[in-house]
Amino acid sequence: MKSHAEAAAEFIKDGERTDWHDETLWFVRAKRDLAAHGLPEWEQLRDWASEIKNHTLSNISQYLTAFEKNANANGITVHWAADAEEHNRIIHKLIKDNGIEKIVKSKSMLTEECHLNEYLNHHGIATIDTDLGERIVQLRQEPPSHIVLPAIHLKKQDVSDTFHEFLHTEKGNNDPQYLTEAARIHLRDHFVASELAITGVNFAIAETGGFVVCTNEGNADMGAHTAKIHVACMGFEKLIPKAEHLGVFLRLLTRSATGQPITTYSSHFHRPRPGQQMHIVIVDNGRTRQLGRPDFRNSLKCIRCAACFNTCPVYRRSGGHSYHTAVAGPIGSILNPNLDMKANADLPFASTLCGSCSNVCPVKIDIHEQLWKWRQVIVAEGYVGAGKKLSMQGMGFLFSHPNLYRFAGKMGRFFMRIAPFMVNNRLNPWYKQREMPAPPKESFGEWYIKNRKK
Amino acid sequence: MSSRENILKAALENQPAFVALPQINLESVINYENLAAQFDLILTRIGGTVEHFEDEASLLARMASHSPEEFVINTITADAEGLANINKMNSVQLEAVDVAYVRGALGVAENGAVWMDENAMVNRLLPFICQHLVVVLKVNEIVPTMHHAYQKIEVNKTGFGSFIAGPSKTADIEQSLVIGAHGPRSLTLLLQF
Ligand code: SF4
Repeated sequence: MKSHAEAAAEFIKDGERTDWHDETLWFVRAKRDLAAHGLPEWEQLRDWASEIKNHTLSNISQYLTAFEKNANANGITVHWAADAEEHNRIIHKLIKDNGIEKIVKSKSMLTEECHLNEYLNHHGIATIDTDLGERIVQLRQEPPSHIVLPAIHLKKQDVSDTFHEFLHTEKGNNDPQYLTEAARIHLRDHFVASELAITGVNFAIAETGGFVVCTNEGNADMGAHTAKIHVACMGFEKLIPKAEHLGVFLRLLTRSATGQPITTYSSHFHRPRPGQQMHIVIVDNGRTRQLGRPDFRNSLKCIRCAACFNTCPVYRRSGGHSYHTAVAGPIGSILNPNLDMKANADLPFASTLCGSCSNVCPVKIDIHEQLWKWRQVIVAEGYVGAGKKLSMQGMGFLFSHPNLYRFAGKMGRFFMRIAPFMVNNRLNPWYKQREMPAPPKESFGEWYIKNRKK
Repeated sequence: MSSRENILKAALENQPAFVALPQINLESVINYENLAAQFDLILTRIGGTVEHFEDEASLLARMASHSPEEFVINTITADAEGLANINKMNSVQLEAVDVAYVRGALGVAENGAVWMDENAMVNRLLPFICQHLVVVLKVNEIVPTMHHAYQKIEVNKTGFGSFIAGPSKTADIEQSLVIGAHGPRSLTLLLQF
């Protein structure tokens, strides 16, 4: 597997596409700002959301039990999955036991996290992703590159080529209206025939034992109201105490995500329709472990709006695939080391720590601080590459020996002046895409000593 | 131990010290001088159309104005037998519906959403699968924000309910907004004064 830096280097080879990706996401971020500024109580809402989530996490075992009890009373079957494997097995069993052949799936980052599609494929079962962006990447056999805008890395042309190949649309017709219409016809055929629908969960309500699914396209509803079995998959952190708290979260979610005042459909499921089966799979997959880490438990407050992606200068210029995980971007870089610290040790370093992510986060997660903390954990655990380890050890030694530090600074400035090629070369990773600064004659320390008495 | 017990045990052991719920004070949230005007403005901005009417007669006339070839479902004035028929229709049959008339329970001025539960929809699939959705709403049923909406609705009164805000849409192809993704290609809100 390529590291973030290696994969990002691939992505930015196409300079024009990098600029376009950067600008498109910044445009979404700007729409978020407009929507946020439209509500004088925005900061108050963020405080409430953050506090409601803190409260819920502090009482999560109680809320889980209450949710299960109320959902059962509503006629919903509740399943518990310790990890991705068990989540996939539960769904596979439902499919087998009911003799299901036609499965539609609405967007769920949890099923991506669990690699459900691959698992079912492996057992000879095909699922159709029905969110337009997800369907596009599914046809191309790619993972989504963004949690809200799964095909944001693709241009019209790419979609047109893909649809020409699989849906036989007119070659070279890049009109989004035309392409969407083709997908509409194609997917409607799958909806009306579907026997089992899988959806995600945006919020689950402990008090009422129901859950909310938000989409703009209406694809979750088309599937769930057609199929005789509806399976909803959720990480346990999706719980909120009461329905009235939805008022806070639904106001924040899309304004933060795309700048819309609300999604087109915010659907509240409480009971299966007559003759239908409704199932909920509650997944842990490392979440209880993250809950037990005081430095990182805040990440479980995330409502997956992707505001932190859209604002991140690194994400915008490196593309979602460079994060090699289901949830990319700043929040993914906090969640993924919890899932596999070794495989994802590079991610907390894929950040400038500028803090922009924390500033836009609707539930006030201290994202950049957690990234910085992960770096320390990862270095302490020895999961950084040899080069980084060596230079960090060197730096550590240098910083703890002040005389040596001052001497090294002097030598560095000296060499940068008389022999700049010694730093401006390929061996120095800082020289990539950067000119090294002109060296000052004296260090800040020297300047300070000289000027202190003035 | 089962996964259920393991998860609950780990959650209990790992959850932090108890934190109280915040007080949500509705006095600090936005309000609008003219709720109908704000609702109208936002719904239009997100791709819906708003029409005003005053008397039942004009509503009935509008419903009667469709051409005979159109497959129109009207849940507003349908009798018990008609409603039972709609309820029994399957996806393939509903897929052919051109226009559906449904009554909304409540509108939200801040975002143009209308709450509808399955009693009003009759068939859960209807407002999602029809080609064009027409929603009838009384002007005094508009509230300022989502907080106010949740004070009025009971989310679990029926088995299903949804806030619907405008027609089905997507921007998944290069961020170009396209109206009519999988669901209705238009949403017309008939606001009754
Ligand atoms: S961390 Fe915050 S900003 Fe990022 S996706 Fe989650 S809720 Fe949104």
